[in-house]
Amino acid sequence: MRTYEKFFRMNRLPHIWCPGCGNGIVMKAIVQAIEKAGLDQDKTVIVSGIGCSSRASGYMNFDTLHTAHGRAIPFATGIKLANPELNVIVITGDGDATAIGGNHFIHGARRNIDLTVVLFNNNIYGMTGGQASPLTPHGKKATTAPYGTVDRAFDPCQLAQAAGATFVARSTTFHVPQTVDAIVQGIGNKGFSLIETITQCPIAYGRKNKLGDAANMLKWMSEHAAPLAAYNKLSDEQKAEKFPIGVLYKGAAPEYSAEYAKLIKQAMEGKK
Amino acid sequence: MATIELISKRCKGCNICVAFCPKKVLELDTLGKVYVKDQGACIACGQCELRCPDYAIYVTKEEK
Amino acid sequence: MKARLMQGNEACAEGALAAGVRFFGGYPITPSTEIAEQMAKELPKVGGTFIQMEDEIGGMAVILGASLGGKKVLTATSGPGFSLKQELIGYAAIAEIPAVIVNVQRVGPSTGQPTSPSQGDIMQIRWGTHGDHPMIALAPWTVREAFDVAVMAVNYAERFRTPVIIAMDEVVGHMREKVVLPEANEIEIYPRRKPTATRAEGYQPFTPAEDLVPNVANFGDGYHIHVTGLIHDETGFPSGNAQLTKECTDRWHQKIARVQDEITHYDEFFMDDAEFVVLAYGGTARSAYAGVEAAREKGIKVGMLRLMTIWPFADKIVKKAAAKAKAILVPEMNYGQLVHEVERAAAGQTQVISLPKYNTEIFEPSEICEAIETMAKEASK
Repeated sequence: MRTYEKFFRMNRLPHIWCPGCGNGIVMKAIVQAIEKAGLDQDKTVIVSGIGCSSRASGYMNFDTLHTAHGRAIPFATGIKLANPELNVIVITGDGDATAIGGNHFIHGARRNIDLTVVLFNNNIYGMTGGQASPLTPHGKKATTAPYGTVDRAFDPCQLAQAAGATFVARSTTFHVPQTVDAIVQGIGNKGFSLIETITQCPIAYGRKNKLGDAANMLKWMSEHAAPLAAYNKLSDEQKAEKFPIGVLYKGAAPEYSAEYAKLIKQAMEGKK
Repeated sequence: MATIELISKRCKGCNICVAFCPKKVLELDTLGKVYVKDQGACIACGQCELRCPDYAIYVTKEEK
Repeated sequence: MKARLMQGNEACAEGALAAGVRFFGGYPITPSTEIAEQMAKELPKVGGTFIQMEDEIGGMAVILGASLGGKKVLTATSGPGFSLKQELIGYAAIAEIPAVIVNVQRVGPSTGQPTSPSQGDIMQIRWGTHGDHPMIALAPWTVREAFDVAVMAVNYAERFRTPVIIAMDEVVGHMREKVVLPEANEIEIYPRRKPTATRAEGYQPFTPAEDLVPNVANFGDGYHIHVTGLIHDETGFPSGNAQLTKECTDRWHQKIARVQDEITHYDEFFMDDAEFVVLAYGGTARSAYAGVEAAREKGIKVGMLRLMTIWPFADKIVKKAAAKAKAILVPEMNYGQLVHEVERAAAGQTQVISLPKYNTEIFEPSEICEAIETMAKEASK
């Protein structure tokens, strides 16, 4: 028994994810982060989209909303603005956030609305059986990219930062304590926070690309992730083989719901 | 010393815990579920619990 | 209250505010934009929130989130945006989230002939989403009624926990009339439904009350509810059960069907001795009324049915009229849509004549009068 288990709907476990899927690791990291951040369970809402990762909301013991494909961020925006005292955490996947929900993702960041977005990046559409997503690395195979993807992949962290997010971090399912810490910091940031978590999909992605089992995929993360400071010291050639993890960006900007609250106050006092 | 609690009905036999155990304490049985092969070797490092995606294994260091 | 010169869109926004709407999310689109502009100005004054979203889908999503957060919500759009909103209108239906969507119709399909008036979305309003669910849609024909319909739509959305469509057309949306709005104390408001038990007492968010509508808690009220667009049982969690799927679908339909008479609003004009009937709705009903009056002056015993409630369709009313009428004329600003429902409800009792118009122009009363004359002539042959 662990103290964070009160944040799970234990009667709904085991979850539906495949053997070796990293989503369970990220989901646990989120509830551990919520516990560490000391959020009120009654005032915390989990909002997810559609896809493998978005099934997480059903296992988490809060007010939870499993929305439509790509729409978690605008639903979450409505919840936050309807009741700004709520802590709103968004769970989304690579297809959900950066393909069908791409527009909402950048505009959520642009508004710097106080949402903590945990993007489970498994590089593939798992629920539908392994189609390429905008985060499938160039050249990797998928059922809709049988010869390897011609598309280039987004860097969702750079995308969020450029769009106006005020906290951007990347972690992996190998780096569990770091993931928890990044989410805690994201929750602490009063603004739009993105925590991209690289997670393994051994079934629909790993197998197709001969990446070995879940443990092998985790080892790959450990070998290829570099903390930002170390990453920055690498040569361009070395960087091509690695990806940076940790807190990638912190910024300061007015937060949307707080700004709107000021506007309401002014309007109610009769100012124009 | 450590106690290792297994919740077999949640174990999906992904082998992550077995692969990351530095002391080879764990193994999968013929049905693909994890079991404790060498309790005495456990150093309670918690690597198995840390990355178990299915919340099927819990390790607690016993205070002497 | 003092008389004011107002536009239909403005009256619609005022009605929504009066009914307690405190959240608007949307995307600019002519000819509905004045509603958003009005809400942007007025909502913060009453502590409400307006947000302009990045697209039409976002506009629908944000109001559903806000509704779950406890606010009464509104969005407004026109054809292209209404098409984009369909998936989430279905979400509101299955997850039973109160929300009001105004569709100020313009000529389509696609970008069509912006922004000329149309009633071309009237079937889409009913059948635009995928899957089976009922729909409530109300069509005002005057500026004052745009206010009343908005109040009613918000109340129905809350009472039945369902999406409600205000089927405006560009005629009513952009028309200006002198109106006297009711005082706040004259307006009946249906409050947000609340759980009647605690979790410990066995509360489940989707257990239907006696009226077949569940008392779903708001987020933040401590009930830890789960809301999903998957078919779900009374706990709110998805289930693949075949029988449950049928029962859910039945209940959504029954919760509206059982009050159909109550929510069927219509006007009858000159119907007592009517041998012929004109059935019209929205902006077209205004021309139709003038056309009917003109035909009466020419001695034709013609009456008029004006439907405010478009969906669920007024089967009983139309059936009753069809039993007495020699023919029913249905003018519409489209290729002929609601006329098929009239034919279905008339069930062969009388002739149903379509009078479609889809050249961007509104009906002249004279056109309708002529069609009535032709109808009367044909019948006497």
